[in-house]
Amino acid sequence: MALLVDRYRPRSLEALTYHEDLSERLRSLAQSGDFPHLLVYGPSGAGKKTRIVATLRELYGPGVEKIKIDSRVFQTTSNRKLEFNIVASVYHLEITPSDVGNFDRVVIQDLLKEVAQTQQVDQSARQRFKVVVINEADHLTRDAQAALRRTMEKYSPNLRLILLANSTANIIAPIRSRTLLVRVAAPTEADICKVLTKVGKQEGWSEAEGLNRRIAKDSGRNLRRALLMFEAVHAQNEKVTDKTPIPPPDWEALIEQIADQIMAEHTPARILEVRAKLYDLLSHCIPPTTVLKTLTFKLIPKIDDALKADVIRWSAFYEHRIRLGSKHIFHLEAFVAKFMRILESYLMGMDF
Amino acid sequence: MANFFDNKARAAAGATNGASSLKNVAPKETQNLQPWVEKYRPKSLNDVTAQDHTITVLQRTLQATNLPHMLFYGPPGTGKTSTILALAKELYGPEMFRSRVLELNASDERGISIVREKVKDFARMQLSNPPPDYKDRYPCPPYKIIILDEADSMTQDAQSALRRTMETYSKITRFCLICNYVTRIIDPLASRCSKFRFKPLDQGNAKKRLEDIAENEHVKLEPGAVDTLIKCSEGDLRKAITFLQSAARLVGAVKPSQSKANGLSKKRKVVEYDEDEGAMDVDVDGDDDKMVTVRSIEEIAGVIPNDVVDGLIKAMQPSLRGAVYEAVANQVTDLVADGWSATQVVTQLYQKLVYDDTLSDKQKTKIVMAFSDTDKRLVDGADEHLTILDLALQLSGMLAER
Ligand SMILES: Nc1ncnc2c1ncn2[C@@H]1O[C@H](COP(=O)(O)OP(=O)(O)OP(=O)(O)O)[C@@H](O)[C@H]1O
Ligand SMILES: Nc1ncnc2c1ncn2[C@@H]1O[C@H](COP(=O)(O)OP(=O)(O)OP(=O)(O)O)[C@@H](O)[C@H]1O
Ligand SMILES: [Mg+2]
Ligand SMILES: [Mg+2]
Repeated sequence: MALLVDRYRPRSLEALTYHEDLSERLRSLAQSGDFPHLLVYGPSGAGKKTRIVATLRELYGPGVEKIKIDSRVFQTTSNRKLEFNIVASVYHLEITPSDVGNFDRVVIQDLLKEVAQTQQVDQSARQRFKVVVINEADHLTRDAQAALRRTMEKYSPNLRLILLANSTANIIAPIRSRTLLVRVAAPTEADICKVLTKVGKQEGWSEAEGLNRRIAKDSGRNLRRALLMFEAVHAQNEKVTDKTPIPPPDWEALIEQIADQIMAEHTPARILEVRAKLYDLLSHCIPPTTVLKTLTFKLIPKIDDALKADVIRWSAFYEHRIRLGSKHIFHLEAFVAKFMRILESYLMGMDF
Repeated sequence: MANFFDNKARAAAGATNGASSLKNVAPKETQNLQPWVEKYRPKSLNDVTAQDHTITVLQRTLQATNLPHMLFYGPPGTGKTSTILALAKELYGPEMFRSRVLELNASDERGISIVREKVKDFARMQLSNPPPDYKDRYPCPPYKIIILDEADSMTQDAQSALRRTMETYSKITRFCLICNYVTRIIDPLASRCSKFRFKPLDQGNAKKRLEDIAENEHVKLEPGAVDTLIKCSEGDLRKAITFLQSAARLVGAVKPSQSKANGLSKKRKVVEYDEDEGAMDVDVDGDDDKMVTVRSIEEIAGVIPNDVVDGLIKAMQPSLRGAVYEAVANQVTDLVADGWSATQVVTQLYQKLVYDDTLSDKQKTKIVMAFSDTDKRLVDGADEHLTILDLALQLSGMLAER
């Protein structure tokens, strides 16, 4: 059976909970007929995608929900063949160009022009233009972004883009200039509680308000994470109370262990032990940034206030290195070593 | 199931979907509904705002029928593409445009092979003759124009390959290169061109243009709204126009005919939606006083409200020694969860701190360096949460050093 996150995903703008003003704004844009290109940004699990799918429905009606997945082959200038998946309805298509890494420009150049040059086939379509949704737009290469620029202007009668991103920092200025930026804030903890209550009711689960509040807090205002936690708790417990423990995901439990190990002993031998666990996390596809951040925020409550700024400083430093470098393990390990050193020196009363 | 690219299948699917269409706006009516940036793209050189020097020079070339190779550069949304297209139209008119003008931009493949073939083929093509009498209406000078828009994304090799072409066919072909960063154009090319710098639009000129558009679209603006538009868009007129359009949509300050149709359906939905919460009173067709406000523009532009930034700065103050981390971390967590763009956070923090007279020069020196570091990291794609938290904690430390 499908997960809660899929089953209870609101499908229309009216059905969206929280940020009513934003829903209203999207509705008036969708109804105006002169819908602009959008750059939708906000933290993970804030409901960006959900909101955009609802907006598409407002634009075109329920027909946009009839989607299929197409596989297409593109050829690079060096004659390499790239296979690329496209999710499409008759009105729109959705692509994730970062799937093809540095070849994303080829896809953008070919695909968008092709879409732009074909007319809307549905004669009674409500909009003359088609929409292309680009996932993970913040991972587009500079070249791919440059390739979007004039296309966005030249073909605007036939084509609108919706870029989805977690951050706008990597989006080049000429693209930002061509889009309307739409910020989707994460739902507040209270918003999340409301969603949980509603979903729980529909599932016929007993409700423990305190538990829901804890889930909302632990989720870090990430609704997807909250729903997953909610489902896990109820799957493991026949009856829940305010005190029912929330099982953390495996990887998080492992990072908790690492944090404890680091706190307990500051030796090269310990670094070696920790390395095995870090490898384990990476090989299970936990992104290195997630590992570093989670570890950092698990260590912070365990140390003295005087050290906190310094630990954050080095965590940010090595996270930056992770972005630029290629051997993630090096930087994770370096952070661990640095942390041990800071803590050790402090305990010995030395300057560091 | 319909394939997006298979026209027949799409037509069939479209027919069934169309049947369930609720809205009565026929596609024909929507056809001329372009985004305002395109609707108000300058159609002639005279329409181009604020680039007086450039326009004067170019207008002279209209008479003189001689044109150098050109290089347009400047930040986004200042009229570069519009200017060259307007110029080309005025030179050749609609009938000769296609045979005399080639436009290539970053969305076209422009590797070295294309430069060697497509560009060269067009450059050496003989000039076609205008129809009789045509020259009375358009100057049709005896050369073609090749526009290489967004030339800063061309590789060095491709740029080098252009050099020869530019010289060899200069009798019958002129080039216009357009870019944001003039430094990305190799020297041998740049030195062959007359350079035109497009300035970020300043208060006066941009204001007039925005007010004209607002008037034409029947949008009412609160006093100060235009200034806010200009401030938030940092000299980028395209951005300012997009902000204006969506602010107008937001408050429903649109053309009477349209706003009515939308207003009605809107009302119905709002009522349905709020049924169980005891109808919230939304006045959808109270028309006359709908104005675009300063705050609505700031919101669209992603400007962080002042009290939020002040809250963060307050948390950074050293007075509450020891508890600083907790306070700062909470503020930053909220900022990040609320989705404020890190670049915006950094910009607004910068503006507050660097112009704060109570800070010493030494403090400011350190502060400025921290900002430099942060900007670089963000552009490199570093995690926004960690980066901002680090910046805030560092700044907090610097504020304590009095
Ligand atoms: N307005 C809403 N009301 C109720 N549930 C919602 C709402 N928006 C999103 N959700 C739920 O939250 C989940 C996550 O939302 P979504 O996939 O849209 O997030 P996202 O912002 O695209 O995240 P990411 O950046 O990680 O891709 C959805 O599966 C859906 O179940
Ligand atoms: N100087 C100007 N006068 C009038 N309108 C302008 C001017 N500059 C920009 N605009 C408006 O902004 C839109 C974009 O302008 P244009 O395409 O010429 O920018 P550009 O300088 O080529 O930007 P980019 O570097 O991003 O390609 C135009 O359609 C027009 O609505
Ligand atoms: Mg998503
Ligand atoms: Mg341009």
